[in-house]
Order: sequence, then C-alpha cells, then structure tokens
Amino acid sequence: MLDLHGYGPRLLEGAGVTIQLAVLSLMLAIVLGLLTASAKMSRSWLLHKIATLYTTVIRGVPDLVLMLLLFFGGQMALNVLTDILYDRSGIDIFINLNAFAAGVITIGFIFGAYMGETFRGAFMAVDHGQIEAGKAYGMSDWLVFRRIRFPLMMRHALPGLSNNWMVLLKTTALVSVIGLSDMVRVAAEASRATHEPFTFLLPVAAIYLLIASVSEWMFARLHKRYNVGFGGH
Amino acid sequence: MELVNWFNELLAGNLIFTPQTLGYYWNGVVTTTQLVFLSLLVGLVMAVPLSILRGSKHRWIKLPIYAYTYVFRGTPLLIQLYIIYYGVVFVDGIQQTFLWPLLREAFYPALIAFTLNTAAYTTEIFHGAIKATARGEIEAARAYGMSDRMMMRRIILPSAFRRALPAYGNEVIFMLHASAIASVVTLMDITGAARFVYARYYAPFEAFLFAAAIYLCLTFAILYFFRFLERRLLAHLRPQN
Repeated sequence: MLDLHGYGPRLLEGAGVTIQLAVLSLMLAIVLGLLTASAKMSRSWLLHKIATLYTTVIRGVPDLVLMLLLFFGGQMALNVLTDILYDRSGIDIFINLNAFAAGVITIGFIFGAYMGETFRGAFMAVDHGQIEAGKAYGMSDWLVFRRIRFPLMMRHALPGLSNNWMVLLKTTALVSVIGLSDMVRVAAEASRATHEPFTFLLPVAAIYLLIASVSEWMFARLHKRYNVGFGGH
Repeated sequence: MELVNWFNELLAGNLIFTPQTLGYYWNGVVTTTQLVFLSLLVGLVMAVPLSILRGSKHRWIKLPIYAYTYVFRGTPLLIQLYIIYYGVVFVDGIQQTFLWPLLREAFYPALIAFTLNTAAYTTEIFHGAIKATARGEIEAARAYGMSDRMMMRRIILPSAFRRALPAYGNEVIFMLHASAIASVVTLMDITGAARFVYARYYAPFEAFLFAAAIYLCLTFAILYFFRFLERRLLAHLRPQN
C-alpha cells in the first residue's frame, strides 16, 4: 500500500478543507452572482455601472493577485477600521481575518463575477409570457422569482454553473499559497519533508479528479431535474 | 533628458514606487510575457496534431489523448506545477543530461507545466471546433474527390480554427492569469515582483493593486487583439446588410 509517512490524516483533513472551502465559496458566489445579474438588468444606471465594473475588473485580474490583495490588504483595512472604531467610541475589538475566511471571501467574490454573467444570460432566456402568467395569478414579485423565474432560469444557467464550479474547485488550490492547510499545501509540505513528491501530489491530483467526476454526475442529475417538461434535452 | 526629469519628478517623494521597484515590475512583465508566450506557442503547436488525432476512429489513439486532456483539465495547474517542479529531480539519470542546468531553475519546470496545461485545453477547443464542421462542407469536399488528408488541410482545419478563435482567446487570457502561480515557485513574474515589494515595504494595496492594473492592461490588450482577429477572419460569418 501507499506509505504516506504519517501524513495520511492531515492529507484527509486537507481534503475536507478543500471541499468546505469550495462549497462555501460556491454559495457566496451564487448569492453575489444573483445580485450582480439583478443589478445588471435593473433600470438603475448606477447599479448597472457598478455591476459592470465589478465583473470587468474581477475577470481581468488573476485570482492569485486578488487573493493576496484581499488576504494581506484585508487584514490591514480591518485593523484601520477597528482603530477608528476605538478612537471614536472606545469599543476595543480585534478582528483576525483567518486564511479560511479570506479564502472563502476571495473565491466567492471572484466567482460571483463569473456567476453574474451566467445568471444574466439565463434570466434573459426565460420566456416573458411565463412571468406575466405568474403576475396574472396575483403572485408577488418574490413568489414569481421563487416559483417561476428561478427554476426556469436554472435550466439555462446549469451548463455555465457546472463549468464555473469546476474552475472554482481548481482555484481553491491557490489558498495553499496564503497559508491555509488545504490538501495541496499538506502535499507540498510532505513532498519537501520526505523528498517523495509523487507519493503525495499524485493522490491529491486523483482526489481532484474524483471530486470533478462526482460533481459531473450530480450536475447531470440536476440537469434532468430542471429539464422536466422540456422534452428531455 | 526631459523625460528623465519628468519621471524623477513624478516619483519624487514616493517611497514605494522608486525606479528600483518599477524595475522589478518591469522584469516581472518580461518574465510573465516570456512564460505565457512560449507556453502558448508550444502548446498551440502540440494541440493541432493532438486535436486531429483526438477525433481518430482508433481507440488506442483517441483514448490516451482523451485521458491526457481529462487529467490536465481536471486537476489544478498548481498541482501540475508542483509535480514537475519537485518531481523533475527524481527522474532517473536526468542530472547527467545536458537538460539539467535548465531544469534546475524554476523557469523551465514552470514553462513545461504551463505548456502541457494549455496544450490540453487547446486540444479540446480545437477538437470541439473540428467536430462542429458542417456536414455539407465535408460532403462537398468528398464530391470533389479530395483525400482525407487534403480535406483536413483545405476544408476542415481552416474553418475549424476560425470558429475556435473566440474560445482560444479566452484560453490565452486564462493562461495569462494562471501564470501568476509561477511566483509560488520563486519566479519573479509580475505577481512575484508584487509579493517582493509587499514583503519589503509592507504595503499590500500599493504592491498588489499595481500588479492588478498591469494584468488588467495586458488582458484588455489580448481581448482587443482577438476582437480584431475575429473581425478579420470571421468576416464571412457576419450578417450582411
């Protein structure tokens, strides 16, 4: 069997960190994406401009640079903010931005921009007659969103969503650079310590492939679910 | 001379952006450009035959290429970089060959990782474009009595490469952004320069925002270059009115 030199449990923990990080940032990205898509489709000139600036800048800068900026700069900004709070009102708090939170926020923030583009296209593909029908039934805006626009939109958004998720999963590897012990960092540390890089890095690569295959299967199921009533395409 | 004076005045009183740190950033731009350009070039040259063979009828040609693209597209580039960077020492006998002085530095392992990665993505992009060739075009070529080889050269590839252009443009931008991880293996690319400036002056905003601005400019340059190419090469697909 594979001799992991006692790094097995830490590697497994790292895999857990990777999965938690990926799922939490996906959730943040979906929320931000929905907000961005709504802002881009809104009639407000200012909201539209802000959303466009957000998606353009985020998609034009490497993930790693944004991550370093948020991780190192975020802590500094937080310190300045808490200092101001202390000077003004005497409340003494210290917020420590840990690597996990910084990772989730950065990855969620980056992929919110990509999700925004995906959702915008999908919302625009929803047949307007369906929305009018919902309104004719006397549904509130929220109910129309929950029961009609969202499920119909998801059918168009799923291919883009699954693509974004696959890219997001691979992006989580970058958090190892800002000091978070995900499986890539554990594997890299173990390779350096034992001088056996393949023993640790190849299994980690295999875990990524495994997660990707499982998600492919799950997205195929979701695809089926959101295509009910559309002739199975 | 006037320019130098203007430049010195601009930087006067600026503690972080001294001529020296700007020099680091400039070297970073050179390193990033070299890495991205070379890996894209070699990756492109690899991807053309691979994408043709990927559509082969023979299972033993098609499957290994599919496995290669699946693995390289399904795992993070950082892992691939680590495997090559840390693993190259352990290839038997490599330290005796003439390649060793090159592979010992971080640049060439990074270049190999980036090249293999972009070749995998580009193969799939081209394969998709080749598969999407209109049936009618193939039938017309057959009716003219073209051999498979001639049909590939004259009919399928020219139209497939044009159709692949937008997706390939995205791949180029993706590669530029992915190259930022070269800084992880001690290379002084744009991100590496930013990390150095950050560590030296403890000024995260200045260091990383400047790097972000450089990447943004490069991204837009690539974007407009590909828009220009698309306008030229896909002119026949535009609606005529």
